[in-house]
Amino acid sequence: MFKSRFLLMFSLLLAIGLILGACGSSEDGGEAGGDTNEKEEKEQTSGEGNGDFSVAMVTDVGGVDDKSFNQSAWEGLQAFGEEHGLSKGEGFDYAQSESDADYTTNINRLVRQDYNLIFGIGYLLQPAIEEVAAQYPDTKFSVVDSVAKGDNVASVTFKEHQGSFLAGVAAAKKTKTNKIGFVGGVDGDLINKFEAGYVAGAKSVNPDIDVDVQYAESFAAADKGKLIASNMYSKGIDVIYHASGATGNGVFAQAKDLKKNNPDEDYWVIGVDRDQYEEGAIEDTNVTLTSMVKRVDIAVQDVANQAKQGEFPGGKVLEYGLDDDAISIARTNEEALNEEIIAAVEDWKEKIVNGDVEVPSNRDDLKTYVDSL
Amino acid sequence: MDYVIEMLNIRKEFPGIVANDNINLQVKKGEIHALLGENGAGKSTLMNVLFGLYQPEKGEIKVRGDKANITDPNVANALGIGMVHQHFMLVDTFTVTENIVLGSEPRKVGTVDIRKAEKEVKELSERYGLNVDPKAKIRDISVGMQQRVEILKTLYRGAEILIFDEPTAVLTPQEIKELIEIMQSLVKEGKSIILITHKLKEIMEVCDRCTVIRKGQGIGTVDVSETNPTELASLMVGREVSFSTEKKPAEPKETFLSIKDLRVKDARGVEMVKGLNLEVKAGEIVGIAGVDGNGQSELIEAITGLRKSESGTIQLHEKVITNLTPRKVTQSGVSHIPQDRHKFGLVLDFPIGENMVLQSYYQEPFSKNGVMNFKNIYKKAQELIDEYDVRTPDAYTKARALSGGNQQKAIIGREVDRSPDLIIAAQPTRGLDVGAIEFIHKKLIEERDKGRAVLLLSFELEEIMNLSDRIAVMFDGQIVSQVKPEETNEQHLGLLMAGNKEEKAGGQ
Amino acid sequence: MFSNKTVNILIPIISVVLGLLSGAIIMVAFGYNPVAGYAALWNGAFGDAYFLGETLRQVTPYILSGLAVAFALRTGLLNIGVEGQVFVGWIASVWVGISFELPMIIHLPLAVLAAALAGAFWGFIPGILKAKLGVHEVIVTIMMNYIALYISNSLVRNVLTDGSDQTDKVAKSASLASDWLAGMTYFSRLHWGLLIALAMAFVMWFVLNKTTRGFELRAVGFNQNASNYAGMSVGKNVVLAMVISGAFAGLAGAMEGLGTFEYMSVKSGFTNIGFDGIAVALLGANTAFGVVLAAFLFGTLKIGALNMPTEAGVPTELVEIVIALIIFFVASSYMIRWIILRFKREGK
Repeated sequence: MFKSRFLLMFSLLLAIGLILGACGSSEDGGEAGGDTNEKEEKEQTSGEGNGDFSVAMVTDVGGVDDKSFNQSAWEGLQAFGEEHGLSKGEGFDYAQSESDADYTTNINRLVRQDYNLIFGIGYLLQPAIEEVAAQYPDTKFSVVDSVAKGDNVASVTFKEHQGSFLAGVAAAKKTKTNKIGFVGGVDGDLINKFEAGYVAGAKSVNPDIDVDVQYAESFAAADKGKLIASNMYSKGIDVIYHASGATGNGVFAQAKDLKKNNPDEDYWVIGVDRDQYEEGAIEDTNVTLTSMVKRVDIAVQDVANQAKQGEFPGGKVLEYGLDDDAISIARTNEEALNEEIIAAVEDWKEKIVNGDVEVPSNRDDLKTYVDSL
Repeated sequence: MDYVIEMLNIRKEFPGIVANDNINLQVKKGEIHALLGENGAGKSTLMNVLFGLYQPEKGEIKVRGDKANITDPNVANALGIGMVHQHFMLVDTFTVTENIVLGSEPRKVGTVDIRKAEKEVKELSERYGLNVDPKAKIRDISVGMQQRVEILKTLYRGAEILIFDEPTAVLTPQEIKELIEIMQSLVKEGKSIILITHKLKEIMEVCDRCTVIRKGQGIGTVDVSETNPTELASLMVGREVSFSTEKKPAEPKETFLSIKDLRVKDARGVEMVKGLNLEVKAGEIVGIAGVDGNGQSELIEAITGLRKSESGTIQLHEKVITNLTPRKVTQSGVSHIPQDRHKFGLVLDFPIGENMVLQSYYQEPFSKNGVMNFKNIYKKAQELIDEYDVRTPDAYTKARALSGGNQQKAIIGREVDRSPDLIIAAQPTRGLDVGAIEFIHKKLIEERDKGRAVLLLSFELEEIMNLSDRIAVMFDGQIVSQVKPEETNEQHLGLLMAGNKEEKAGGQ
Repeated sequence: MFSNKTVNILIPIISVVLGLLSGAIIMVAFGYNPVAGYAALWNGAFGDAYFLGETLRQVTPYILSGLAVAFALRTGLLNIGVEGQVFVGWIASVWVGISFELPMIIHLPLAVLAAALAGAFWGFIPGILKAKLGVHEVIVTIMMNYIALYISNSLVRNVLTDGSDQTDKVAKSASLASDWLAGMTYFSRLHWGLLIALAMAFVMWFVLNKTTRGFELRAVGFNQNASNYAGMSVGKNVVLAMVISGAFAGLAGAMEGLGTFEYMSVKSGFTNIGFDGIAVALLGANTAFGVVLAAFLFGTLKIGALNMPTEAGVPTELVEIVIALIIFFVASSYMIRWIILRFKREGK
């Protein structure tokens, strides 16, 4: 009994080993082990990659086609690659995470493949970046959207509350029902910043406006996004601002579905992170009112270039905001975003940049701000 | 040559054993030919060779005088050979017709022409007196009816030679009678039948000739009209077999089991035992006779704690055991040889050795401080295997691999070995061959002689008549009458079992 | 042609080979080099000490979730709720890990025990519902998965932290992580939990095969009627099986909570540790030793696959298809068994 079970399992193990082993060695042309293989890879990377500087990024579970944050960062890396004549896999690359357990593994692997600078895209990667950065002091790291400790880590943050404020202004100007909505990804400090700015902006235009705030508890659940949007639109809300990564795709999908069936009604979406005009397109119209554009690409490219030039801002917290043009309001939908709205947005932007208005960045400050109106 | 089937010098080997060794079987057209042998003698192997499920190592098969190479069941079907399996191969949720046409559906523009099929099934059913409703769902009809559907299935496919594999094992006495009539009408219509069985009574009643197989070897073919059950039995077993179980007159002592006003409902909530009263004394065998479905199973389940009693009392000596757990009942001195040995009696996927301690595994020396002692278990198992002549390669063989008779002997060994005060034996010899039956009967009488109370439930009147010291006839949830075997006969019992109380006086 | 023993050995081998083959065909069909792809898989799983460490780290919870599913299956229960039991085990271990300051010799066992108890409780509920009311365990456990997910999210946000989506790290005295193991494997997250997992595999083997209770559990798994007839309490054994199964699953959660992550965070969905456990148990033929080896295979695939996009350029989506195919063939060994037996019959 025991013997047969043992035999069975042993052969199972053997089978796996044999097959995988065969694959490994056949590529090496008979040389033992995979190490040689990896060395070759490394040489390629550093040899052909222009100069000796290479950069990679690790996505969160959204992936580089999330039409939002990760995609924007990847576009930044691609721009960096183009600037320096590199191609994917040789000089710059990304690793996609299937679950939060993969963050550390992915970062570690890139370190071991001798990338000089590694970005962790999204605040979810902050603990992983911090951990690995401490283990490999000679490699440079950067985390986007969060603050991580370590002299070899550059933290990239954005003043999203400023951009969200302007989105709130635009929404308040656009709504006909005086009801607007906010869909957040995961309820936490980061997204609360968006929420606070948005509510503050809307209330600044119209203190009586109704803002419905909901969280999907995920940045990758388009189905939940669609459900929340469906609820909001049916309650009479006509503008939704989403700060929820790929979850927002569901918000767009719902707005487009409704718009197709009732072309005369208003179903607006305000995009986030990058200009989401494309996502709102249906036939001859578009449900994207505007987008709170967070130029992750500019930031990523900027940090990469600084590092390449030997001026890596290790240990610093970089804040990109309205004044750097790293935060802006998209104006691609000229039909929807009329002169009046643009004028109001510009007006408030002026006040923020001048410091006349201090935009709240959390719920407590928001309360104070709203009370002061 | 007027043989429809000739199997000549058939040899079939399996790794380690020769299942068929040089067997000859010749079946004439229009006869009912019995294939007799003990369980495991090689009957099923031989028939599987004929039906194309196995290929023989040696020998040849002729069908209607022409040599045939039967490579699979489809070839057998094409040659007009049909098999009525012991375990029905029917889809429960389909209708009779759907089951019959399954695999050879009449088609009409891509869809099954069920109307046409129903008509054909009806015609066939009427022609052979099968009386089957083509539109009934399988799950709604009785086991006997399901068997007729199996017969219709072979007829629908144009079978001329029908193989019946132990067809009466699952039937009630009434259904057996009807089946025999059906077989006779099939033969009248020119079909030939091979009947696999180990029941001598049936052979004597319906068969024309009989081929006997013993331990894989052909013993010979005899004309049934020129033989008798004793001769057939000794041909089959290879030694003299006694039929009328010899026993001393019972010496009943004090009342051991007493049941008063017992009421039990079945799983559907229907009351099946309706105020039953019964007593069994130490040192006697009480046989419960009755047509299946009159509450016998529920009665036994209630005594053994497997089913809740609604009211009434069950008493062992002084101790009331009504609605105790099965374990408490067992510990009170009750052994139970269950009616369905596969469902209740054995864990088929356990080694036979571990099945031997299924009731006592938690006690020393088999288990101590929560850890099993397999050494002691297998030692005990081997003792029981030897004592009760359980034929198995070893104690580590899975119970599933044993033949029915050996499984039953194992159960009886386990149950009797515990030295219980009361043995409940429900259909203890169902589906077994004469050798095993003889053994089991002997054991039960031995236990009686040791002063134990035995409650026997059987649907075989012969068994009841042979073994019981007292017969309790059960009808509609009650004991309607109690008789001594020497004061009654099968006809009389049959009437009592049918609920005919008037006959009671006349019979005695 | 084949004896039964050979069939049993052949099936998992053929499954794995077929899975790898069909994965290779898919890669070729989309214009990628399967040799490079599998080489990347191999390197990603065993390339050097770091990857080996990560692979073993991934194997650890798989062993436990596989044991959980296998244990229940041996008693005839399909515990789909391992996922939820992992969650409650995870949160319980972290809760104990961050809430106390105790010497390691007390703190660590306490945190591990809390995980096992939480998982056991989560298994107890479907068990008792099945035993008393006959509610099918699959339905209850699926529901319990969602309850576990949302309760643990809410606990992280509202009880263990002040609105944050991630707890603090567990105290050093409750952590399974080891600087020594990490140092040996270039900072992989390999932790001592592997020893717990292997010990539990032994426990499962011992309980099922050597104890009186295990005898009853197996009997109930094979034949409830006969077990009832033999005086065993079917209901009690069903509950017990679910409790033990849940405890194994809870320990899988502790592996993540005290070892890999050392914290609990708000999860947007299931971790799949529990669901993968079903495949691990089936591939391991529900035996303790088989589960260990199957978990090893799954961990290898999971970690190795991450390397395929960067090293071999196979897109992530395709990698997922390839891995899914391998798992499919491995899990559908029933089909392969059927085919072998068919050949066997024809061969005779």
